[in-house]
Amino acid sequence: MQQTSPEIGGMGHSIKRKEDSRFIQGRGNYVDDVRLPGMVYGQMVRSPFAHARLKSISTEKAKQLPGVLAVITGEDLAKANLAWMPTLFFDKQMVLATGKVLFQSQEVAFIVAEDRYTAADAAELVEVEYEELPVLVDPHKATDPSSPILREDREEKSNHIFHWEVGDKAATDKAFQNAAVKASVHAVFQRCHPAPLETCGCVADFNSATGKLTIYMTSQAPHAHRTLFALVGGIPEQNIRVVSPDIGGGFGNKVPIYPGYVCSVVASLTLGRPVKWIETRSENLQSTGFARDYHMTAELAADGNGKIQAMRVKTLADHGAFNAAAQPTKFPAGLFSICTGAYDYPNAFCEVDGVYTNKAPGGIAYRCSFRVTEAAYLIERAVDVLAQQLKIDPVELRRKNFIRPEKFPYPSPLGWSFDSGNYEAAMNLALEKINYQELRKEQAEKRAKGEFMGIGISSFVEIVGAGPAHTFDIAGIKMFDSAEIRVHPTGKAICRMGTKSQGQGHETTYAQIVAQELGIPAADVVVEEGDTDTAPYGLGTYASRSTPVSGAATAVAARKIREKAKKIAAHLLECSEEDLEWEPGKFFVKGAPSKSKTIQDIAFAAYTNMPAGMEAGLEAVDYYDPPNLTFPFGTYICIVDIDKGTGEVKVRRFIAVDDCGNVINPMIVDGQIHGGLTEGLAIAFMQQIDYDESGNVQGGSFMDYLLPTAVETPHWETDKTCTPSPHHPLGAKGVGESPNVGSPAAFVNAVVDALAHLGVQHIDMPITPWKVWAILKEKGVVS
Amino acid sequence: MAKKQLVRVKVNGRDREAEVEPRLLLVHFIREVLGLTGTHVGCDTSHCGACTVVLDGKTVKSCTMFAPQADGRELLTVEGLIKDGQLHPLQEGFKEEHGLQCGFCTPGMLMSSYVLLQKNKMPSEEDIRWGISGNLCRCTGYQNIVKAVQYAASKMEQGGAK
Repeated sequence: MQQTSPEIGGMGHSIKRKEDSRFIQGRGNYVDDVRLPGMVYGQMVRSPFAHARLKSISTEKAKQLPGVLAVITGEDLAKANLAWMPTLFFDKQMVLATGKVLFQSQEVAFIVAEDRYTAADAAELVEVEYEELPVLVDPHKATDPSSPILREDREEKSNHIFHWEVGDKAATDKAFQNAAVKASVHAVFQRCHPAPLETCGCVADFNSATGKLTIYMTSQAPHAHRTLFALVGGIPEQNIRVVSPDIGGGFGNKVPIYPGYVCSVVASLTLGRPVKWIETRSENLQSTGFARDYHMTAELAADGNGKIQAMRVKTLADHGAFNAAAQPTKFPAGLFSICTGAYDYPNAFCEVDGVYTNKAPGGIAYRCSFRVTEAAYLIERAVDVLAQQLKIDPVELRRKNFIRPEKFPYPSPLGWSFDSGNYEAAMNLALEKINYQELRKEQAEKRAKGEFMGIGISSFVEIVGAGPAHTFDIAGIKMFDSAEIRVHPTGKAICRMGTKSQGQGHETTYAQIVAQELGIPAADVVVEEGDTDTAPYGLGTYASRSTPVSGAATAVAARKIREKAKKIAAHLLECSEEDLEWEPGKFFVKGAPSKSKTIQDIAFAAYTNMPAGMEAGLEAVDYYDPPNLTFPFGTYICIVDIDKGTGEVKVRRFIAVDDCGNVINPMIVDGQIHGGLTEGLAIAFMQQIDYDESGNVQGGSFMDYLLPTAVETPHWETDKTCTPSPHHPLGAKGVGESPNVGSPAAFVNAVVDALAHLGVQHIDMPITPWKVWAILKEKGVVS
Repeated sequence: MAKKQLVRVKVNGRDREAEVEPRLLLVHFIREVLGLTGTHVGCDTSHCGACTVVLDGKTVKSCTMFAPQADGRELLTVEGLIKDGQLHPLQEGFKEEHGLQCGFCTPGMLMSSYVLLQKNKMPSEEDIRWGISGNLCRCTGYQNIVKAVQYAASKMEQGGAK
């Protein structure tokens, strides 16, 4: 790849972010900042019960409160056939409850009032009579004959949603029969919530004069959402405009369509006024897309030397009250089948069963490419358990089993083609940086003194950047993505995308791709996303797909422009195209570098002096369908010290070596790694949405859903190796999710390693001080 | 509805007043009555700190105060950091050191850091981490926020802004 100057600021330059100027001045435009004339406010009434029949709803008192404009119930929506809406995964979900409620905080009625305080007052005045029903919380009991059937609306009277399996069962079972060593781990990846700092919300604005509905919403996928509103609501698609303004973090939480959006639209259509609905934090945690809740068992079969021969996985997936998983249509368990990891063995079999429980619906891909986090955690835990059983250093076990660099593209036993990788190089760099051998010595000394120190390793592989379109779609819409570049006469450009940043820095990184390919300085390129009236159609930003798919589209669109630019340059220089060579920013005549035309000269000529027969302008659009996914990887090493008096785990050091191929902006990549590791830390030690036996949410506010502050968060050390993707036009891979995918296993492996000599093989997350202290007590270390 | 109450405040150097319901939260007064939307709401339990503003020189979480409690007092919000078109060193620091991603926590982080630097001109990394411990960030992992505050401290020590 040609290196551009810092002034141009193409790939590899850590240029400062364009979007920052408005954010540091408090002049971002998030959805709650949208204020329209005549705007009114929506407020949900929610169920206090996890499972109850709705006996009656009385809205009279609420309607009488001055300032209240409407109270909408499920029965009202049913008249317009909108009481239920389809989920993204072959199920349907109640918009407002009819008949019964299925989880605590489920939406029961929607108030619209002149201001948000009145709306909140009115919510208290809605009288709902419930008859409590038996509650199903434990997914393992979902198919017990004694458990209540939750979904009376379904033809199939069962709490079982799906069974999915992949791999060669017979060959895998045979490998296990013949194996010298078998290791197994049962690991629960607890239910957690992405909890972006901005909650979900919208302003729905129906203009009865023009017939146009504009929806400002916290959407990671504005184009797909527009189409879904058109399909479900019956509103002509040209009359819907979805605008995703600045988004205060998404992490997958802002992929689904939630009842609040739908009710706001209905209210605006009914009242002819803009309706704003903004969730509180508690509503966000208790009702919108949760993640994980995978109850997994992994087994590894190996020979006596530790060479892995097969993997077998059985998983129970708790989807809550509705299967609102945000996943590609053909993959009920997402890309969980990446669970074979970074290791080379011929046989694997994986099965997943999904069930309903009386919990909030989901699950979404929380900073994760559709269940990759669960998969990476599982294999990296299982490998450590195998190492423990074989009494082999976990580093050596990994080294022995890694897929060798020359085997790429590597066909995985569960059907993927890994594009490129050099797993051992990444691990070696991490080991060297952390001085692994010395740490093992220190650990032995500490153990002799009765102190607890652990070293955790995770060598993960991800699968990100869906499509290809022939395999991947969301609700039928193929997972391509797009870019449209328009170069202005003065050589400046605007680039519009089908994706939508929620903090990833797209306004900067896409500009750098244009700079790389066209030599137009990144500072001269404006990037716009999120307005469906102006941006080209795309599937949005989640699952680390922006760089793999829209980034590729940007490069291809820029190359189309360069092809035209070459014709114009030949015309201006009066030579043939074959005589021209390109360097970032200009074409010059081979052997006569002084005879050149800059991209700015060419852009001007595209509007003022084009060759005869050529159409004016300099622009291109590309809808990119990736030939494969990209497979970023890395090795993370975590060192922990445990205070045996309190059970507190302190992360002493954490080194992250990532390989995401060619990097667009190293500063932004590093920032993403820091943030993802912090979320991984939170998942490993703090975050959990739990339920008591009555289905009450434990972890439904920031009082008890714990997020790390700067004090709990350690200093992260980062480094990288570079193994470009062979099929991506820029050799790039996705990266934003790697640290969240790869790190939970590193943390847990470190804590288990610290306690391994006591016979501890596994601890479920979140690893709280109490859990550690209880183990130390059980093992007789403390009394 | 309770009788409205007059609230007079000095915000970012300007006198402002409005009649409001006594129960109106200060954050809603700032955002919706005064129209200063840089101050954000991220939770309902006073944990996230996105609503942090400076009241008479001290940080407060403006979601945890009523607007009438600010009557007669002086407020500084993120919009007041810029002086004569010149960014505050903290604002510069956040940009230079990549101390933000989605930007939602940034105004609150800036205000907490601002007060920290008023009290402690050369804070250590630990001081900074404690100083912003009332503010949650989901994107940055805090590391570059620490660097941003250090950037500002150095710049201010070299005789920059206050």
